[in-house]
Amino acid sequence: MSTINKREGKEKAKPRFSRRGFLQGAGIGSGAIGTGLLEKNAQAAPAGVLGPDAVPITLMVNGKPHKLTVEPRVTLLDALREKLNLTGAKRVCDRGTCGACTVILGGKAVYACTVLAIDAQGKNIQTIEGLAPEGRLHPISTAFVNNDGQQCGYCTPGMVMAAKAFLDRNPNPSLEQVYEGLAGNLCRCGTYMGVRKAVVEAARTMRTKGGTHA
Amino acid sequence: MPEYRWPPMEKRRWMGKRISRLDGPAKSSGRAKFSSDKVAPDMLYGAVLTSPYAHAKVTSIDTSEAERMQGVTAVRVTAPAGTEIQWAGWEIAWVSATSEELARDAIRKIKVSYEVLPHVVREEDPGKVGNRSKPAGEQVTGDPDKAFKEAEVISEGQYGIPVVTHCTFEPHGQVIAWKGDQIEYYPSTQAVSDIGNDLARQLKIPATQVHVQQEHMGGGFGSKFPSDKWGAEAAQLSKASGGRPVKLFLERAIDQQIAGCRPSHFAKIKVGGKKDGTITVWESQSWSTGGIGGGGMPPIPYVFTQIPNRRLNHMAISLNTGPQRAWRAPNHPQASFLTCSAIDDFAAKAGLDPLVVFEKNLSYTARPEVYAFQLKKAAELAEWKKLWHPRGDSGKGRIKRGLGIGINTWGGAGHASKALVHIHPDGNVEIEIGSQDLGTGTRTIIAMVAAETLGLPVTGVKVKIGDNRYPQSGASGGSTTVGGVSSSTRKGCVNALAKLFEKVAPALGAPADQLEAVDGKIQVKGNPAKSLPWKVACQKLGSSKISEMGENVPREAPKEGLNTGGVGGIGIADVSVDTETGIVRINRFVAVQDCGLIINPKTAESQVFGACTMAISTALYEERIMDPVTGRMLNADMEHYKLAGIADIGEIVVHLDIRPENDQRGVIGLGEPPIVGVAGAIANAVTNAIGVRVPMVPLTPRRVIEALERRSA
Repeated sequence: MSTINKREGKEKAKPRFSRRGFLQGAGIGSGAIGTGLLEKNAQAAPAGVLGPDAVPITLMVNGKPHKLTVEPRVTLLDALREKLNLTGAKRVCDRGTCGACTVILGGKAVYACTVLAIDAQGKNIQTIEGLAPEGRLHPISTAFVNNDGQQCGYCTPGMVMAAKAFLDRNPNPSLEQVYEGLAGNLCRCGTYMGVRKAVVEAARTMRTKGGTHA
Repeated sequence: MPEYRWPPMEKRRWMGKRISRLDGPAKSSGRAKFSSDKVAPDMLYGAVLTSPYAHAKVTSIDTSEAERMQGVTAVRVTAPAGTEIQWAGWEIAWVSATSEELARDAIRKIKVSYEVLPHVVREEDPGKVGNRSKPAGEQVTGDPDKAFKEAEVISEGQYGIPVVTHCTFEPHGQVIAWKGDQIEYYPSTQAVSDIGNDLARQLKIPATQVHVQQEHMGGGFGSKFPSDKWGAEAAQLSKASGGRPVKLFLERAIDQQIAGCRPSHFAKIKVGGKKDGTITVWESQSWSTGGIGGGGMPPIPYVFTQIPNRRLNHMAISLNTGPQRAWRAPNHPQASFLTCSAIDDFAAKAGLDPLVVFEKNLSYTARPEVYAFQLKKAAELAEWKKLWHPRGDSGKGRIKRGLGIGINTWGGAGHASKALVHIHPDGNVEIEIGSQDLGTGTRTIIAMVAAETLGLPVTGVKVKIGDNRYPQSGASGGSTTVGGVSSSTRKGCVNALAKLFEKVAPALGAPADQLEAVDGKIQVKGNPAKSLPWKVACQKLGSSKISEMGENVPREAPKEGLNTGGVGGIGIADVSVDTETGIVRINRFVAVQDCGLIINPKTAESQVFGACTMAISTALYEERIMDPVTGRMLNADMEHYKLAGIADIGEIVVHLDIRPENDQRGVIGLGEPPIVGVAGAIANAVTNAIGVRVPMVPLTPRRVIEALERRSA
């Protein structure tokens, strides 16, 4: 169950231009990477392809536009962290497995390490920094504190954002549904017992008091 | 001499209360800044080139193309021609550049040629390692041959637990700036007070030149003590780039290969004894690897150390793999797994309930009463009487349920620690300790102890840790931090308070030693009518603050009674196994843990939850898989190196043995012991369920199915 859920548990947005999508679009499988085919295809690509040099882009983050210049290969995660200093989303596996980089893109939870920054334009990107104003806490964050759903805290922002996207769609989840909703987020310290309780408590709070921050 | 002892249990205002961790809001709102979160305007990014070969000699290296690239600020080689590489992932060369992408591009432009040498990377079959195994010498106690001859029951088995990695979420690395004669160092470390000295030693500079700061760190588990090559090289890259800060955190694939792993342990074990379950003799042939340096003998028989007749042999196996590091309770989980598996097999051979056999042999342990109590308590919480059945006798249907036992022990006495306590004339209180919070709740317990001692609210104390300019405090390893920092904080606060009492005594018309600090007041003992509010009392300081040190000296600590070491624990796993798919599910894991004085039951329980969760992950999913052909780690990522997820851990039930008689032992560290007995308990539970031993963890579906096939064959 675990391995399946990790993949399917999270409803992922389909980016126009992901790493995987690029390979598929070029009509070759990953097996061709080592053969030089990829390079040839890239050279023969039609006009309109971006890069390899940096390009100006605008990211709508937490409702505010940010203009920046990135190479097309830069991930949304790295752009948020290194260019915009929004470091709540963390880089852990960097390969779309652990969920520590989860942000909400156009209403859906995505792994920011597997979305290119250039591809995140035109949609609102909600990061944990946008959940509540400075000095205040979103009910989900509060629930993580109350239930000690965090230890070192490195996976926590991703957990909180995954919980946010999940509860937005499932305001009254069963514990089994919580397992599925948070299955895309891993923790090394072993905080799952607290996280389970936190998500259930947050759901209750948000149902009764709404998603406003305390 | 001042009275440092903890206040009696019933009189404590904060200690023993379930307080939410103080840095919780910062962490759960994403505002907590980890070292890897540091971003500076002129910051450079580092990258490292590592060897693709497990064993090779570097014959030439050409960095000229990388050096010519625009945006590359420095290139350094640490494995020049002639270097013998001993594992894949060995660091060869380093680059700093204006972006991480560029640094990685530059790495790819470095040309290295190797003379590839033969490697050995797998140890599960010691017959296939050639000259890589080194016998450790036989240890014999009593007369094992005679004892086996007289034994009424003899069981034999082979068991194995593989190398697992630390897989800390924040990778190993740092941001570092070396400008002039000053280094600003932001590592991810378990050793704030020590790591700067280690870096200075590597760089051959005075230790006074290294300033270490770390606000939060993203997991260490024993792998983040030294400054490492990446620390020294990032510093050198910074220096070569005019002192600009360099951010260099290892890519996950490299981190998984070289930044820490736990040694494997395998053993063939023969146990003999009486029909009533009394074990009389133990014989083991074990082998293990922790990389090129081989691997030491596990401490077996674990806990049951006084089995009268023993013969132990061990082989250290040297492999071309990334080197071992301390991993949460070093060697204990492996030793417990081997021992508990062997005892469980002995019980099955004797036709006895393993609970009875564990109880029967407690006289061989250092704390028979503790374990007897815990076995009873754990059995009750796990519904042992109702749910246990003889091995394999688990009824019809494809899903089989079983129970199993594991055992632990650990030290956990406090490390050397100094705390500097400042009481300011405006009433503000600061505690400075060169410690670190790994997520265990160190900040919170320091504040609780200070608040308790000073009679203030927990929020009335500012805790300052994570800087090597604060007083020296030990590294966070061996579950020593809570004992160390709680004791130094207590003593520092008592000392500071004594000074404050001297200043306040005239105003209250009582001798200083007749005053106490309670509920935000300084008052004459037992007389709230004669009191001054904290702030008013502090105004008596005039313009000078009080600064007093408290120190925990491990040698003297037992006399003071603030902290001690030495605990036991019992875990019982309740599992279900699908005999068609081989999938193992945890229904429940009961952890009964001996402990001393618990400062914060909330974060203490989290330590036990966390330890059980991490160990369930190792028992069911985690294994470093080495490819014998290429010599590389096949799962150096987090997709194929599997960690347990939120649905995979069942229900964990924690019972902390908080009782007055345990409270009197003082504070004892708790981070490590509960991880120890879990894999053994789960392996035994699976065996109980399906009727056949799965000899090796992790208990993957394939291994379960293979074991079932052997049974039916």
